[in-house]
Amino acid sequence: MLKIDNLHVRVAGREILKGLSLQVNAGEVHAIMGPNGAGKSTLGNVLAGRGGYEVTQGSVAYGGRDLLQLEPEARAAAGVFLAFQYPVEIPGVNNTYFLRAALNAQRKARGEAELDSREFLQLVREKLKGMQLPPELMNRAVNEGFSGGEKKRNEIFQMAVLEPKLAILDETDSGLDIDALKQVAEGVNALRDPKRAFILITHYQRLLDYIVPDFVHVLADGRVVESGGAHLAQELEAHGYAWVRERKPAEAAA
Amino acid sequence: MSASAAPFVESMRAAALPASGIGWLDAARHEAMQAFLSAGLPDTRNELWKYTALRALEQRGYSARDESASTRMIDEGTFALPDIEGTRLVFVNGVFRADLSRLDDLPQGLSVQPLSRALVENPEPLRFLLSRHATEPRDSFASLNAALASDGVLVRVAPAAQIEAPLRIVHLGAQAEAAIACHARNFVELGEGACLRLIEHYAALGEHAHFTNIACEYVLQKSARIDLLALQDSAVGAALFRRSDFHLHEDAQLELHALELGGALARHELRIALDGDRSRAQTRGAFALRGRQHVDTELLIEHHGRDTASDSLWRGVADGRARGVFHGAITVHPGADGADAQLSNKNLLLSEGAEIDTRPALEIHADEVKAAHGATIGQLDEHALFYLRSRGLPAETARILLVRAFCAVALSGVEPQALREHCDALLLAHLPRENAQ
Ligand SMILES: Nc1ncnc2c1ncn2[C@@H]1O[C@H](COP(=O)(O)OP(=O)(O)O)[C@@H](O)[C@H]1O
Ligand SMILES: [Mg+2]
Repeated sequence: MLKIDNLHVRVAGREILKGLSLQVNAGEVHAIMGPNGAGKSTLGNVLAGRGGYEVTQGSVAYGGRDLLQLEPEARAAAGVFLAFQYPVEIPGVNNTYFLRAALNAQRKARGEAELDSREFLQLVREKLKGMQLPPELMNRAVNEGFSGGEKKRNEIFQMAVLEPKLAILDETDSGLDIDALKQVAEGVNALRDPKRAFILITHYQRLLDYIVPDFVHVLADGRVVESGGAHLAQELEAHGYAWVRERKPAEAAA
Repeated sequence: MSASAAPFVESMRAAALPASGIGWLDAARHEAMQAFLSAGLPDTRNELWKYTALRALEQRGYSARDESASTRMIDEGTFALPDIEGTRLVFVNGVFRADLSRLDDLPQGLSVQPLSRALVENPEPLRFLLSRHATEPRDSFASLNAALASDGVLVRVAPAAQIEAPLRIVHLGAQAEAAIACHARNFVELGEGACLRLIEHYAALGEHAHFTNIACEYVLQKSARIDLLALQDSAVGAALFRRSDFHLHEDAQLELHALELGGALARHELRIALDGDRSRAQTRGAFALRGRQHVDTELLIEHHGRDTASDSLWRGVADGRARGVFHGAITVHPGADGADAQLSNKNLLLSEGAEIDTRPALEIHADEVKAAHGATIGQLDEHALFYLRSRGLPAETARILLVRAFCAVALSGVEPQALREHCDALLLAHLPRENAQ
């Protein structure tokens, strides 16, 4: 589904990703862990198409297409979804209106029929079940005045409505209390599907107690320095990121 | 001096009205014309005209009237507003059109008359209104208006009358053989405790480059309340100068919404005098400009009474090479203790070539005053734009959504909903599409 090969990315003149490679197949859940500043959000942003990132080398193939050539909205329509580390507040834009416009824009781009407001509300009601997102938030402006936890859950709710093929969650767990964390995990687990893949970017192992990944990767200094199964997360938790660096001194310095 | 030979001034001089047979009126008009001729057009050394140069206007001459104004075929759809029926006065290129107006079945307590008719039927009560300005120092456009306006609207609301259905004053600029100069003078007076909804609508039929000069005066007696929507959607080539003066007595209330969309050169000077104790004004407004439009809003609020309140929220958006000007000046005069004055003006530049000048000014000469005043100029929030696009909204749709959201505060409170949505749609129609990537 997704094949990142030797990706080099510069931000504001500085190289942040330095030869990152990663392959994600449909149905898989990949966790990407790493210290602050390692380039995790940069990876998510580049995949979603945020401006300001210069790809100097390497490639990203998604479903056989060159992902980097697509506009952000085309990526969304093709099934890429990024849950933002810092969801943006958009005063004056109604949450429900926005989400319906987004869903219909995607459907239109894919040649599918758009949903009328009745159909959409039905979908919203269904997806809100178990989300414990106060329904009145749907009538507020996008993320405006939402608590940190509400913003993160709103990202998961959007994901549930948009049903992406590749969902990238950028530290959706950070800043959440244990109940909110469980809800986010439930939201993700409910969407796990043989046709869908997840990239969970996280700083802590905590989330992975509730969403068991198929693969764990350690991102340090712009590259994947270690990959393994779910157990790798526990080792990281026990030993810290320095442990990885010590084990891979040659590559990290290269 | 060359100014005296400028085509604009010459065409205005030549447009002097024929004798009306009413001595005081002719004298007042003559005096006003003399005042205009001696002052000429204001230049940018005048603080209130700092960002609006009139050199191009000065070089244009206008026909004094549109000979066909009273017979042009007009499709009423050009000025229709959703869910707004009832009393209206329609002017086409400055000329009152009884056939397009609706003045029958006026609600009890509402009196409405075109100025031209009142001057024929019973001019004497207008003597004070129409002649007093000649001796006051006035701005050039006001002098010109006093000299040349032969029509307009007189509205009176009887004390305690609650006029629910909105009254509409439509100025339609229609394509004509030449560029026409139109002048109109409106007086609106609300008696004690009276209530009125009013819509001033400037609409266009076809392309034209007319010059329109409107002076409106609103007097709100004790506890009166007016709800005013000023919808300016003139032709893109039009030159439009408006001045609106509001006088609020004790406990009177003004609620204003202003939308500035059209015009090559448009200026609206709003002067709100909170004379009476506890009088209050709430103003909301937005402009959305593109191409080479130049639109200037001057909002001048004077707090005189005690415990008066003004609350103003204005938004501006400019694209292309458009220029927007917003001058919001609040003066709290000595004795206006307990005044509350809030003004926020935010602006968005959508292109490199666009420019917005905003000048907030606040002067306080009283005690226990609460005042806040802020103005910003920025660009669309790239984070918000990316957020919307990452969810699948095309760049252009996302941009438009953000701009509409930005302007939404200026329209909130416009009732009924269908009218608010119509205003939003007009705004949308004025937003740029070409610079979407
Ligand atoms: N827009 C930007 N401008 C300048 N530096 C940036 C920008 N975005 C990220 N960086 C830098 O890139 C590095 C990686 O950041 P990021 O991808 O956010 O790391 P992580 O998500 O792993 O904490 C950091 O040093 C950060 O300061
Ligand atoms: Mg990050």
